[in-house]
Amino acid sequence: MLIPCPFCGPRGSAEFSTVGSKPPPRPVPDAPPEAWHDYVNIRDNPAGVHEELWQHVHGCRQWLVVTRDTRSHAIAAVKAARP
Amino acid sequence: MKYSVFSILRNALTGNRAWTPVWRFPTPRAAYDTVIVGGGGHGLATAHYLAKLHGITDVAVVEKGYLGSGNVGRNTTIIRSNYLLPGNTHFYEHSMKLWEGLEQDINYNAMVSQRGVLNLAHSDGQRDAYARRGNAMRIAGVDAELLDAAQVKAMLPLLNTDNPRFPVKGGLLQRRGGTVRHDAVAWGYARAADQRGVDLLQNTEVTGIRVEGGRVRGVETTRGFIAAKRVGLAVAGNTSRVAAMAGLRLPIESHLLQAFVSEAVKPMIDCVVTYGAGHFYVSQSDKGGLVFGGDIDGYNSYAQRGGLPVVEDVMEGGVQLFPAMSRLRYLRQWGGIMDMSMDGSPIIDRTPIEGLFLNCGWCYGGFKATPASGWCFAHTIATGEPHALNAAFRLDRFASGAVLDEKGVGAQPNLH
Ligand SMILES: Cc1cc2nc3c(=O)[nH]c(=O)nc-3n(C[C@H](O)[C@H](O)[C@H](O)COP(=O)(O)OP(=O)(O)OC[C@H]3O[C@@H](n4cnc5c(N)ncnc54)[C@H](O)[C@@H]3O)c2cc1C
Ligand SMILES: [Zn+2]
Repeated sequence: MLIPCPFCGPRGSAEFSTVGSKPPPRPVPDAPPEAWHDYVNIRDNPAGVHEELWQHVHGCRQWLVVTRDTRSHAIAAVKAARP
Repeated sequence: MKYSVFSILRNALTGNRAWTPVWRFPTPRAAYDTVIVGGGGHGLATAHYLAKLHGITDVAVVEKGYLGSGNVGRNTTIIRSNYLLPGNTHFYEHSMKLWEGLEQDINYNAMVSQRGVLNLAHSDGQRDAYARRGNAMRIAGVDAELLDAAQVKAMLPLLNTDNPRFPVKGGLLQRRGGTVRHDAVAWGYARAADQRGVDLLQNTEVTGIRVEGGRVRGVETTRGFIAAKRVGLAVAGNTSRVAAMAGLRLPIESHLLQAFVSEAVKPMIDCVVTYGAGHFYVSQSDKGGLVFGGDIDGYNSYAQRGGLPVVEDVMEGGVQLFPAMSRLRYLRQWGGIMDMSMDGSPIIDRTPIEGLFLNCGWCYGGFKATPASGWCFAHTIATGEPHALNAAFRLDRFASGAVLDEKGVGAQPNLH
């Protein structure tokens, strides 16, 4: 799988690491436990388009938001996590 | 037909023309007492134990492909019960005991081979951790032996024990662990369930789950609606998709695991060996091929095919441990989609929807669990209550914090 890093160009996925799904916004500290449970544990886990966080660890070390199809691994978009 | 040495002889003498089909191909009925979704190992085992132990035979197993087309026919066939946490140890040991009597129970040769599972240690710290795990196992009545480097070397002459970076310091051996012919497990449970009247509905995909007033009413399928009082989900890597049909959102991610088989060679590895310093494990099949694998690909996948970086990583691990492997060609490679849970442990439980039961979260290790998973799931469905053996596999443990995290890495499935 080639990931087109916006800073370095297309690179093999082995140069990157991922933490999985792009998390929803972090709950406020005194949000109810259910909100935290949802944030930490629950995943949409779609068969199809999936937004996820990757870091180009063996490259520019930037965090990236990758939009990828989990059935074909086709990457529709890559952008920097912090613009 | 009961299988025995006499049935083989009788059929041999009559030109093998009297064998009958192993199971029926029934047309779906309009309603069943219980519908199990997923004709993998867990679904089929559940049907068998529902019929045999709970007398519930008005059961259909609904499978979208053919029986055994999922992970039960894709795994590397390893069974073991070498767990640390009590919630896991007793469950997996129950599974091991069921494996030990399985072939008599279902009258089917599953080639259960207790050839031993050896986890290698490569540092003093790792050896101490294995000593702790081994002691926890023995306290729970499970067999475990701590081997030193010389004992390991004697067991595996071709093993490279002297790598300067990752020397072999010893290992934890469970002699009762081993391998089981995975397809035969699916076929054997299927045949046993069919003989007790369970309908095995192949090429029937569940496309919806009908819920009314908080109660499950049945499943929509590609062959029409099937009413049911109780529905049990055992769909492994597709759990999130199927559970979503009932509006459930789960602590599950789907990931890909690959496996490999080499060309056949003379006996060189007579137990299961796992590498403690990298991601690699291997056993040798009765045909002579090395069966091996390593880590999951690491990112969400429903693709059922693997990526090349893991192929390279697995081969490196293999050649480091068994340098002779560098001369082998590998014949086949494949992948399966696994239901990775947020703590690396499974879920066998009720759901907030009455009559809907859930069996999932098996990660890369659900094959060894097949008998106990079916046994506990059948109990949970039949009685409406989890058994003591699956009491720790609750769905609400993620919300309550009572997680069962063997590795202690938290809610990040690609690290389990
Ligand atoms: C490469 C690999 C190696 C592994 N090695 C080991 C090992 O050595 N030891 C070990 O213990 N475990 C191992 N595992 C894990 C183990 O194989 C799984 O945890 C276990 O098989 C999952 O349970 P199952 O057999 O019921 O799953 P499956 O066989 O996948 O059954 C699920 C079934 O549900 C069906 N299904 C899905 N959606 C629907 C639908 N909508 N309608 C109807 N049917 C549906 C699927 O077609 C499938 O047949 C390995 C897994 C893989 C992929
Ligand atoms: Zn980059």
